[in-house]
Amino acid sequence: MWLSRRDYWLKAALTVIAWSSAFIVLVIIAFLISESIPAIQQEGIAAFFGDRAWYPAEGEFNLTPMLWGTLFVCAGAVVITVPLGIVSAVFIHYFAPSFIRVPYRRMIELLAGIPSVVYGFWGVVVLVPMILTFSPPGTSLLAGIIVLTLMTLPTIALAADQSISSVRRHYEPVAAALAFSRATLVLQVILPAAKGGLVTGSILQTARALGETMAVLMVCGNVVQIPQNLFEPMRALTANIALEMAYAMDVHRSALFVSGLLLMILVSFLVLISDRVERSSHVS
Amino acid sequence: MFIKGIWKYIVFAFCLYLFSCDEQTHVSDQSRGINELHGQLDITGSSTIAPLAHELAKAFEGLHPDVRINVQTGGSSRGIADVRQQISDIGMVSRALKSAENDLSPFPVARDGIALVVHQSNPIKELNNEQIKSIFQKQISNWRELGGEDAPITVVNKADGRSTLELFLAHFELKNSEIRPDVVIGDNAQGIKTVAGNPNAIGYVSIGSAEVEIELGSKIKLLSLNGITADSRHVSTGEYPLSRELNFVTEGRSNDPLIQAFYRFARSSETKNIIASQGFVAIAP
Repeated sequence: MWLSRRDYWLKAALTVIAWSSAFIVLVIIAFLISESIPAIQQEGIAAFFGDRAWYPAEGEFNLTPMLWGTLFVCAGAVVITVPLGIVSAVFIHYFAPSFIRVPYRRMIELLAGIPSVVYGFWGVVVLVPMILTFSPPGTSLLAGIIVLTLMTLPTIALAADQSISSVRRHYEPVAAALAFSRATLVLQVILPAAKGGLVTGSILQTARALGETMAVLMVCGNVVQIPQNLFEPMRALTANIALEMAYAMDVHRSALFVSGLLLMILVSFLVLISDRVERSSHVS
Repeated sequence: MFIKGIWKYIVFAFCLYLFSCDEQTHVSDQSRGINELHGQLDITGSSTIAPLAHELAKAFEGLHPDVRINVQTGGSSRGIADVRQQISDIGMVSRALKSAENDLSPFPVARDGIALVVHQSNPIKELNNEQIKSIFQKQISNWRELGGEDAPITVVNKADGRSTLELFLAHFELKNSEIRPDVVIGDNAQGIKTVAGNPNAIGYVSIGSAEVEIELGSKIKLLSLNGITADSRHVSTGEYPLSRELNFVTEGRSNDPLIQAFYRFARSSETKNIIASQGFVAIAP
């Protein structure tokens, strides 16, 4: 391709910037690994999955209850938000009267802009005491799921909105020519066509939910255990780091970096899946 | 998503602005003090005392612009080792010195006390060591067994690594793995909010911060321990059992004028607020 002088400089600048942002991720991963190494060397990888429990001061470093806790709270939130988010996007595009459409979209955007600490605070002051009245101690997996649902719902709704917008132009004229009903159009044409975008959007939001710290820390109770039901307290990996990092030393500190590394692996895994889904949806 | 990020930066920038203002007024108001002191002090040791030492150092540097004080953490044992090896000038030790440590001379800078807290509506007024041990190990799991209402006890514990937890465990001779918590919290403020929001909860927090929160209207109550009221007065005299000294230590008795001036400043009335803001209790004069 022929490049003008200006194009050449633009290309050089963009290349440097793009590579440096990719490089930052590599630096973070390298840092996580190098900080984790002392704990892994001293305790062995097996300790983080096979120890009796998580009592870092007593030399017990089992991370699995927190791994499960993280997965449960995220899965719970995603199971609720994804259908709701998609329904909300379909509503905006096909069923909302025009005078509702714009204010509704603005409201969702506003909801997406509320800082997570606010949701956490609401959870502590309103939600937890409410759950407490029928199942103590109130701080629980359920509280975490509800708060995380509220936090991720708007972003998933917006992502679904985007992916429906992007397929409407291609398919609607054809559907109109075939005189499809609106229900047939949505269910048989638009949603299947937008599937790739919907799935990748949801997965990326899940990855974001995995990293959510403050709100989860405030409402989940932070007891290190695999919750046996919705009303039991649990601790997420992110909350573990936030709770203990300030005062942790030596192996304990290093073990917290291992929780960070585990979280990083979990998120990379989700990104890989979303990549696969996106690619396969383009082929079909 | 984007807007969310922006807000964080705006709030952060605003905080920075506030802090920078604070610093400037300090310096200009207090630079009239005696300025002949100069030199550098290295303070290392207990992470419990470090935030307090840091604040004291900042205020002291404001009074004496030619003095630099470095505060580094690493635990009480590091504080002692560093002073002995003359790596640092002052060590921070969050306990009374042992008999094997009489080569060092302590200077108590404040006391730290921990109170058991329950919700204001809880009829229980006092507990003893045995009862508290049983509650935190879930051998007693209903308030009825202690003469309270028929309700399950919610045990609020602290996260590993916190010095409050260490002191609590040491006093009641428990291991953290023996405690059966329902909620685990980080800082004192979170603990107070948790107890204030749950009529059946029991937790433990630093007495200094609990008293501040009660003044602000928090719905919590401090329990007497073994018949001794949990308040700063009983902590400052050392009568309250669940408390400890926070010491600065030096090698032998130090005559260094800088250290002496810093000690005098730390005990002066000007630092009362600094000590209280860290949740500690000033030493009884």
